[in-house]
Amino acid sequence: MTPILLVEQILNGIQSGMTLFLMAAGLTLVFGVMGLINLAHGSLYMIGAFAAAAVAGATGSFALALMAALAASAAAGAVVERVVIRRLYDRDHLDQVLATFALILVFSEGTRWLFGSFPLYLDIPDALSGPVTLPGGIEYPRYRLAIIAIGAAVAASLGLLITRTRLGVRIRAGENDREMIAALGVDISRLYTVVFALGAGLAGLAGALVGAIRSVQVGMGEPVLILAFVVIVIGGIGSIRGALVGALLVGMTDTLGGVLLPPFFGLFMEGSAAASLGSSLASMLIYVLMAGVLVVRPSGLYGGRA
Amino acid sequence: MTRETLVNIALALLLLAVPLWAYTADEPFIITLATRAAILALAGVGLNLALGTGGLVSFGHAAFFGVGGYAMGILASHAQGYVPLMEWPFTVEGTKSMPVIWLVAMLSAGLAALGIGALSLRTSGVYFIMITLAFGQMFYYFAISWPAYGGEDGLSIYVRNGFPGLNTLDPIQFFALAYALLMLALFAMGRLARAPFGLALNAARQSTERVETGGIGVYRLRLTAFAVSGVVTGLAGALFADLNRFVSPTMFSWQTSGEIMVFVILGGVGRLFGPVAGAMLFIVLEHMLGGVSEFWHIWLGAILLFVVLFARGGIVGALAGRADG
Amino acid sequence: MDSILEVRGVSKSFGALAACDAVSLDLRAGEIHALIGPNGAGKSTLIKQIAGSLAPDAGTVHLAGEDVTALDVAARARRGLARTFQVSALAMEDTALQNAMIGALGAAGAALRFWRPALADRELRGVAEAALSRVGLGDVTGMRAAALSHGQRRQLEVAIALTQVPKAYLMDEPMAGLGETGSEEMTALLGGLRSEAPILLVEHDMRAVFALADRISVLVYGRIVATGTVDEIRADPEVRRAYLGEGA
Repeated sequence: MTPILLVEQILNGIQSGMTLFLMAAGLTLVFGVMGLINLAHGSLYMIGAFAAAAVAGATGSFALALMAALAASAAAGAVVERVVIRRLYDRDHLDQVLATFALILVFSEGTRWLFGSFPLYLDIPDALSGPVTLPGGIEYPRYRLAIIAIGAAVAASLGLLITRTRLGVRIRAGENDREMIAALGVDISRLYTVVFALGAGLAGLAGALVGAIRSVQVGMGEPVLILAFVVIVIGGIGSIRGALVGALLVGMTDTLGGVLLPPFFGLFMEGSAAASLGSSLASMLIYVLMAGVLVVRPSGLYGGRA
Repeated sequence: MTRETLVNIALALLLLAVPLWAYTADEPFIITLATRAAILALAGVGLNLALGTGGLVSFGHAAFFGVGGYAMGILASHAQGYVPLMEWPFTVEGTKSMPVIWLVAMLSAGLAALGIGALSLRTSGVYFIMITLAFGQMFYYFAISWPAYGGEDGLSIYVRNGFPGLNTLDPIQFFALAYALLMLALFAMGRLARAPFGLALNAARQSTERVETGGIGVYRLRLTAFAVSGVVTGLAGALFADLNRFVSPTMFSWQTSGEIMVFVILGGVGRLFGPVAGAMLFIVLEHMLGGVSEFWHIWLGAILLFVVLFARGGIVGALAGRADG
Repeated sequence: MDSILEVRGVSKSFGALAACDAVSLDLRAGEIHALIGPNGAGKSTLIKQIAGSLAPDAGTVHLAGEDVTALDVAARARRGLARTFQVSALAMEDTALQNAMIGALGAAGAALRFWRPALADRELRGVAEAALSRVGLGDVTGMRAAALSHGQRRQLEVAIALTQVPKAYLMDEPMAGLGETGSEEMTALLGGLRSEAPILLVEHDMRAVFALADRISVLVYGRIVATGTVDEIRADPEVRRAYLGEGA
């Protein structure tokens, strides 16, 4: 493990953390403001990826593809919110889980019906392909750096949105007392649709960005969704800051664990046993991290509510 | 005799009648379908204790299903390969005896449930759901990456395990085993629900404060329920692996967790025979709709959505009305 | 005279807000001690700390001489503290009898029994049925809590507390929402209860307070400003100022 490789992996961890942040931010906002747990968030991620792949395939433009991803997932989010989610705000969590699980089934099978079971491919645009030379002579893929930059930009924008705008004030007020802001004349249903669509758009963006690194296929969203849950448990529900910190922690732990554990075991075990033990434990590491945080802070690092 | 008891008897008889008919009509495939339904129902019976009575929305029960399945897989694969599980400090051989396998499966699943429950039950609400989901994933990824037992490809057991006095390869006899276990579990659950434990657990679902103020520690109550629920689902997992003679990480997947929850809900959450009705319906849908379209999950999703939004009581709720006191 | 329940120097702050400031009071055998105060005085925060659902920043709570400050709600309940809630905390799908059994189960430590049906346990059932009769719910034991009237639910709250056969009662506005007849019945019930176990009674209904209380403590902005008999409190200038404003 050379220092260069280590830095590369750290950057990978940050990049993976950034995409997780995009997923988790939407989820935690929706939960914080509307008190709703949404399992179909992974489907919105997938819709963004498919929209991007379809548009990129048709037009060849990555920029258009990203915009399509944002638009498609935000629109899907808005539609789903008005048709299904709206009926769930007053229901208990079990109903919310089941209904949004049902949505996963519908979206996954629907996408498979439309696009087939084979993965689609989304190409990294030429402008962002190839390596960039960082200080220290390290070469790192330009595209991944772009993802980190986009993630940071989104985090900063969300922070400004929440703290400086009218919408942000409503979001924060809504997190604290839903009935009160409704009584004060804020159009709750529109606020909810906007928040839900915003979260959906972020998920779709994440899906499109990752789609260029891995493939675009049905079912790609759920593993990321569950990781986003881990992020939220660690970071605390309703907190954007918690989502960022949690996402970076999870991203780093996952990436570095997979890279550092096998050689670590290699120090006192023989080759293949070390490799398999190392990678098996690495797969469990983030959950161990989550369990650890839970023992010490059951509401997450920045959380207050459940 | 209440309406619900009549419905329960009808369901039990239906699940028995179909394979018996298939036996006389020489349709072994139908017997296998019924066995599948019985085993999935058993998995649901386990979840129903935690979810229906306890109000614990565990979206990671596949963890226990998989632990039971892998208990069977590990024991049987060592037996069929004539390689002991371990040789130091004492020799532990594999086994192909079902009773032993079931015991190991139930114990391991129970331990897993105690561990996961002890951590998860310190939280509530949405956190609990997310954490149980996450722990299920943990088992899934571990099973994929641990190479000794097949990893992603899974593990095949060539010959079905044995039960003293029976020919377990005969579909109707294996069905009888699964059915008997299901009925035993339902009987036990019925007693549990009416006992002080069930009363307190059910009341805690409705008002934690009320039960705590009455002097009953709710954490311990729920942890016990969660562990028992894991034990039952684990037994179902061992049976399922035996039915298919195959165990793979899919048994740990979130989709499996979701499916188990779906049968419980479709059948009627909290109702004793809910999982039986739900599993039977699920098998019928899988078989019939699956034959028509490979995208039948869309229909499953639509039905589930409908039930959740408009028909909360599920099948048993629709047939038997409100639950009895 | 021994204090059954002793609260010493209990303080709780939420950020800069001191909800409870070194509150001390005691509950003696055979008495009804009413806790009154204007809205926002910190009564519910205090009750939560006595019951065990909120941990104080400082101070202790003693029940029958034992320090229970570190114990949770269920542990304190088992040691003999029964509480009723201002907003009824009932298992709404269950019947009145099933709700009453919860208290009986808790007191008997019987929650981890798995086999025999709860309702078949004659002893526990007897305790529950007796409590229900005593509060006037003897005819509706089989009715779901959701189907009971508001007044009946308040009675059920008290019945559950009765089944615990506690050393002390902590009652949070048992009269809340009761009409005139209901209040009279509840007042009679509570009056008869004090000889079995003392009651710390939080109430807004002044008629009931003056009819029932042996002693009254007045809580204003998190501090006890006066403790005494009904007449003493009525005449106390601080109390008058707190309720009626300056120059009263």
